[in-house]
Amino acid sequence: MQALFGQLLVGLINGSFYALLSLGLAIIFGLLNVVNFAHGAQYMMGAFAAWMAATYLGVGYFWALLLVPAAMGLVGVAVERLLLRRLYGLDNLYGLLLTFGLTLIAEGLFHQAYGNSGSTYPVPAALRGGVNLGFMYLPLYRAWVVVVSVVVCAASWFVIERTKLGAYLRAGTENPRLLQAFGVNVPLMFTLTYGFGVALAAFAGVMAAPVYQVTPLMGSSVIMVVFAVVVIGGMGSIAGSIFTGIGIGLVEGLTRYLYPEASSVVVFVVMALVLLVRPAGLFGRQR
Amino acid sequence: MSGRALRAWAWAAMVLVGLAAPYLVYPVFAMNVLCLALFASAFNLLLGYAGLLSFGHAAFLGSAAYVTGITLRTWGLPTELGVLAGTAVATLLGLVFGALAIRRSGIYFAMITLGFAQLVYFLVVQLPWTGGEDGLQGIPRGKALGVLALDGPITTYYFVYAAFLAGFWLIQRAIHSPFGHVLRAIRENEPRALSLGYDVARYKLLAFVLSAALSGLAGSLKAVVLQFASLSDVHWHRSGEVVLMTLLGGMGTVLGPSVGALLVVTLENYLADVGSWVTVITGAVFVACVLAFRRGIVGEVRALVRRSFIGGKP
Amino acid sequence: MSRIPRVACCLAALLAAPTLAADKVSDGVVKIGVLTDMTGYYSDLAGPGSVLAARMAIEDFGGKVLGKPVQLVSADHQLKADVASNTARKWFDQEQVDVIADLVSSSTAGAVMPVAAEKKRITLLSGPGTTAFTGEKCTAYNVHWTYNNWALANGTGREVVRQGGDTWYFVTADYIFGRSLEEDTTKVVKAAGGKVLGFARHPSPGTTDFSSYLLQAQSSGAKIVGLANAGADTVNCIKQANEFGVTPKQSLAGLLVFITDVHSLGLDTAKGMYLTTAFYWDMNDETRKWSERFFAKHKKMPTMVQAGVYSSVMHYLKAVQAAGTDDADAVMAKMKATPVNDFFAKNARIGPDGLLRHDMYLARVKAPGASKKPWDYYEIVKTIPAAEAFPTVEQQACPLAKSASPAVMKK
Repeated sequence: MQALFGQLLVGLINGSFYALLSLGLAIIFGLLNVVNFAHGAQYMMGAFAAWMAATYLGVGYFWALLLVPAAMGLVGVAVERLLLRRLYGLDNLYGLLLTFGLTLIAEGLFHQAYGNSGSTYPVPAALRGGVNLGFMYLPLYRAWVVVVSVVVCAASWFVIERTKLGAYLRAGTENPRLLQAFGVNVPLMFTLTYGFGVALAAFAGVMAAPVYQVTPLMGSSVIMVVFAVVVIGGMGSIAGSIFTGIGIGLVEGLTRYLYPEASSVVVFVVMALVLLVRPAGLFGRQR
Repeated sequence: MSGRALRAWAWAAMVLVGLAAPYLVYPVFAMNVLCLALFASAFNLLLGYAGLLSFGHAAFLGSAAYVTGITLRTWGLPTELGVLAGTAVATLLGLVFGALAIRRSGIYFAMITLGFAQLVYFLVVQLPWTGGEDGLQGIPRGKALGVLALDGPITTYYFVYAAFLAGFWLIQRAIHSPFGHVLRAIRENEPRALSLGYDVARYKLLAFVLSAALSGLAGSLKAVVLQFASLSDVHWHRSGEVVLMTLLGGMGTVLGPSVGALLVVTLENYLADVGSWVTVITGAVFVACVLAFRRGIVGEVRALVRRSFIGGKP
Repeated sequence: MSRIPRVACCLAALLAAPTLAADKVSDGVVKIGVLTDMTGYYSDLAGPGSVLAARMAIEDFGGKVLGKPVQLVSADHQLKADVASNTARKWFDQEQVDVIADLVSSSTAGAVMPVAAEKKRITLLSGPGTTAFTGEKCTAYNVHWTYNNWALANGTGREVVRQGGDTWYFVTADYIFGRSLEEDTTKVVKAAGGKVLGFARHPSPGTTDFSSYLLQAQSSGAKIVGLANAGADTVNCIKQANEFGVTPKQSLAGLLVFITDVHSLGLDTAKGMYLTTAFYWDMNDETRKWSERFFAKHKKMPTMVQAGVYSSVMHYLKAVQAAGTDDADAVMAKMKATPVNDFFAKNARIGPDGLLRHDMYLARVKAPGASKKPWDYYEIVKTIPAAEAFPTVEQQACPLAKSASPAVMKK
């Protein structure tokens, strides 16, 4: 029983990362109709940026949590303005391929510069230590990860579903031309949305830096699961990606308890099953 | 010069180059190119003609390679039976995945195929008889048709070349058949094809299965050539690589994928020493293709030839 | 084998008569290939450092052997067995490579060895650990230079049990290397009177979060958590074991830990851990002298794998010189006949199974306060003499060692 709770809690922690990452993917996909393959690489770059800021500039964790997403958001803006924008009139598969290419470039460059064994980012002093929950020892930092992710996800959901800005965003998803006719600067909105999605990925990267080793491939190992999460949740659905992210984390935890060998496969099995019943995903609209 | 004559010349040139290749370049390299060219051509059938981007084609290549490896190494079957078994398994897999995936299109289709391919990848990692990280090593090449011992590189090359030509011919036939025309109609305008009374789902599924089967054939041949089945054959990098080959060579052209395969394999071969720059260069080529150069090499050449020789619209 | 004239080896080395040896070196050049992981999980512990070590060996030897130039080629096998075997085949068929060194990771070494044996070229394994490479998988053209799993299991496993760590739980990388390390250690632990309570196997490479495996280890209640993995996996395990409070109550035993891992973990996290190593830079003047030269170029101290690459390439070149030819059979005979004596190994001999038996060292990672200078990380607890450190020829069950004639192994 102890072990089960432990695994579920670990699942919840992993699920928070999945939720944070799939949220960014879903926002970008929802508005731009682009599957941002580079999301994993941007997450990795966020972690590296935090590490570089700490190593070369002496920037601490909490500042990094603010500055790195902002900087990476600017990178996202540049990518959208210079590259992605050229592909809007075309089949949206090209967006996927472009970001795939960008992923390879980013991973290759970081490989070349930092090798692969990775660098260690210290857990911030304020969040060291942990609590004994009886069934397991919960490091404070992991609890922080869960809380922050839930807050960020909830805030994003609120902005998109309940505010005027969000209403524009949703309208842009439905009919960008009409929105433009109402005087909204849609291209700028696209740019900022992509920037925000990238910033979210980088934010997840900074959150991950103290718990996982910062390596050039840290993104590609997690992004595949996140893609599956997005497919299960229904692509483009904000709430769907948040709930599915956390849910998949828990399912993985449960599998680790019941049948550990299957834990890396289970997410894809769930995906196949969901698609059998609901081809558009759990929260997706059937078109 | 008419388009038909041009195509005939291209064919003749390709057959001749193919026949001479093992004497001009390192045979194992040439065989590797052939296998991946067949793989890319099979992939192109789906992407270039049916307009479906699969991001999980490595699953078919890889699973066929493993099945061939096991039948040849563990069960000691003749080479052609091993290749057939591998192809058959890839076909079946294509049928199952295809039936589920074609219910969505575009990006959704790409993501779903990617998910299935990951499922296959993790199964291969975990199953006891695939050798995990080590892959299946030392697969015997055996004898083709019971007589032709495939021990020398030249003999093996011609065996692979014959299989390549057969597969390539089949793809070419499919493209130029009524089936191929319906596929293109679906790609251009699916609702229209549907309203014309075509069973769109069936056509898509057939294209998917055919593509999976030929990818499987390529994988089986690769296992025979390199005497190896490994995790990199089922990894999503392989799925991305075949997209690159097709894109670079020219999607929706008959020769494009082969040209792309040749270029990518050569690139990887000669840049092997420079470490991760290969990844960077591959990525850069990808970006360049997508942004500036979407017709690919063969597509651009074709457009140029059409403009200068025929004078018609491209 | 006796067609090679037996010249007194020292004399030959001094004279190096170019005219006499001209036709004894195939294609007029001795080519050494370093096939390693240049970018992946093991690129820090082998990779560019291994290439540098081989280059240093060639330079120190004088750049020429028997009057012919010695060339170095290197390639990245990306930890993929197929890439490794293809590269090796290409090197042998097209580029006249005579010997391949390093071959870090067992899956790539296992793929290259049969190709090399078939083409009669030599492999000098420094990076991989699988014990069977000089056991049932042995070939006549292979030397396993630096360490193997048996030596690691024996060094760390036995010592830890002796100090009271008698119940074990393994966190194992789920591939041939990890599983074989786990099996070897299990045997040692049981033989020493300990108990193995279970294991958790994680996919590798690709796992970054080990918390669930560590939780299993935690709930097993074992005194010792054995890490049967390597590189980034080990580093992550150790880090997260600290984080989840595994370490104060239970102790970690890293079965394969390199100095670069300790460097990236930091002493604060790694302190107190036992490990077995074939080489440490700060053992004596000789090791310091070589390592500081290496450090000057590489900016990192050498791992045992990198030191092993230098030592093996040097021994190979000396054997070519002494044999008066680069013919693989003759050179192998010479390598096995001559003891290795350098900064890496003292009076070590290559057995008929191809295993170099040399002293190993049990080390303990220093606490931050005890570290006096950069890279001052290990305290050598004990020297394990060669005879105890490695399995005997009989234990290895290499088919070649029985017939003793270097026949080509076919698989």
